Amino acid sequence: MATLEESVTGHLPDENGPQDNGGVRRRDFINIAAVSFAGAGGVVALLPLINQMNPSADVLALASTEVDISAIEPGQSIKTTFRSQPLFVRHLTADEIAKADAVDVKSLRDPQTLEERTVDGRKEWLITMGVCTHLGCVPLGAGEGENKGEFGGYFCPCHGSHYDTAARIRKGPAPTNLVVPPYSFTTDTSILVG
Amino acid sequence: MSFPWAKEYTPKAPVMKWIDDRLPLPRFVYNAVGGGYPVPRNLNFFWNFGILSGLALVIQIVTGIVMAMHYGANDLVAFWTVEHTMRDVNGGWLLRYAHANGASFFFIVIYLHIFRGLYYGSYKAPREMVWLLGLVIFLLMMATAFMGYVLPWGQMSYWGAKVITGLFGAIPVVGEPIQTWLLGGFAPGNAALNRFFSLHYLLPFVIVGVVILHIWALHIPGSSNPTGVEVKGPQDTIPFHPYYTAKDGFGAGLFFIAFATMVYFAPNFLGHPDNYIEANPLSTPAHIVPEWYFWPFYAILRAFTVDFFFVPAKLLGVLAMFASILLLFFLPWLDTSPVRSGNYRPLFKKFYIILLIDVLVLGYCGGAPAEEPYVMISQVAAAYYFAHFLIILPLIAKMETPLPLPGSITEAVLAKHAGDDGLPVKDDEPAVIATGDETAPQPAA
Repeated sequence: MATLEESVTGHLPDENGPQDNGGVRRRDFINIAAVSFAGAGGVVALLPLINQMNPSADVLALASTEVDISAIEPGQSIKTTFRSQPLFVRHLTADEIAKADAVDVKSLRDPQTLEERTVDGRKEWLITMGVCTHLGCVPLGAGEGENKGEFGGYFCPCHGSHYDTAARIRKGPAPTNLVVPPYSFTTDTSILVG
Repeated sequence: MSFPWAKEYTPKAPVMKWIDDRLPLPRFVYNAVGGGYPVPRNLNFFWNFGILSGLALVIQIVTGIVMAMHYGANDLVAFWTVEHTMRDVNGGWLLRYAHANGASFFFIVIYLHIFRGLYYGSYKAPREMVWLLGLVIFLLMMATAFMGYVLPWGQMSYWGAKVITGLFGAIPVVGEPIQTWLLGGFAPGNAALNRFFSLHYLLPFVIVGVVILHIWALHIPGSSNPTGVEVKGPQDTIPFHPYYTAKDGFGAGLFFIAFATMVYFAPNFLGHPDNYIEANPLSTPAHIVPEWYFWPFYAILRAFTVDFFFVPAKLLGVLAMFASILLLFFLPWLDTSPVRSGNYRPLFKKFYIILLIDVLVLGYCGGAPAEEPYVMISQVAAAYYFAHFLIILPLIAKMETPLPLPGSITEAVLAKHAGDDGLPVKDDEPAVIATGDETAPQPAA
């Protein structure tokens, strides 16, 4: 920046500043500085305009949900909501666990075992989002008497995705298994999702 | 702008002169849609759809503004304020049906306008900018229509919003944060509804702005015409007013007849019954489809069912859908044939008709459930759509021998009307004398 300093502190009398020093004039410096300052200010002013579109505090406050699972008998499941989307809590029967374990994991589109999709030692509790990974429909199978699909888990009526008893994709267009949200058991009969 | 022989604005009323001297707005209007805009004399009815699109835009803005006076953009009440508009507001049913069907009619005339341009080569030099701005308007219209459809907060509104914003979730890494940011939550909710309302109110006025640019760009070279031959002199043009104001007025009459028929006799024909059920995040309608005007694009979206080179099928579908529209921005440089009008391009004409059928097939598949044979048909049709623009059009431009073009617009017009212009009838043409026959008796004198 030596040239600049010279041009700034050097000869001032010329109206447009000195023409030498590699052609950098005092006015060039002021121009670039002013435009950069205003430009950076303009960009910073955009930040709150963009940020206001992020989820608000009340939406985020619902980002974790506590669910009482004491009343769910084996073979039953409930539908609740987590982050305003459906959440399936399913109490698997021994038969359903056996069916899920009998599958060769390598043959799956999205290879995962039932252990990997449940909490240690609580293999009978299958907790997933009720959002089909294809285009976001709510699959059937969590309600009483609903179609559970060819593999006894969930069935999405929109485009015919079949999920098994570990909620893994087995047939149809969905690319991945039903998402397992982050959750933990707070007591033996209640879970905290999120 | 325009041609040197364009008539100059000479106000007769003193008040118009007073205004024109201080703000030349009357002059601006006169030169845009009045006697001061010389237009080729041979435009056919396909040239009506520009004005009709403008008319549809005005209908949407007017009905939309008054409906907003009765609407509540809150997820708890939105559905019920729309029902309130339908049941209790004076004439509210008419306003809403006009607005909902008006959107469909807007797309009908826009699609005819676009296909007019595709056939007559309106996108070619020197009118590329007119075409590009038109595509910008089309994109803005699609965004506006989508957000408007969400506002009644019915089942189709909700699940449409979920599926469409879910498309952004297909983008790797940043997709889900973008989706959450767009929605202001993890699923469509009050935040999404409010911002959609805000933008749905704003975008039509942005469209008005781009329409002004579109017309401005058009008036520099002037309108194209069915022969594609440029205007050569004053004998080739007639003033916009009264000739084309009259012709467009007639077209507007037909438009209103069709529009009123839909609004009064089949207002829900193009809608979905599921949208009269309030949005329920826990239950998906059995068959989610967008409105008919998105079907061709929806078919392209769903045509991808297998992953390619580690790119997931869902992402491919999203990219293809956006590409199908962005592709049109390159059209002026893909079709290198110097002949504009399809009338003089025999090979092009055949493939144009195939493209038209292809888009109709895509539209049909987009509205059908995602099962065979529709998935396979949409895959073939989507592939053909891209092939038409990227392979076939450039090849035709190289291979085709166009028919001889008329020397001028006037020459083409006179050749077409030889015999019915009062000139002596040629030998091989039967003389037409009002004698009548058995099917059309001679009228009483």
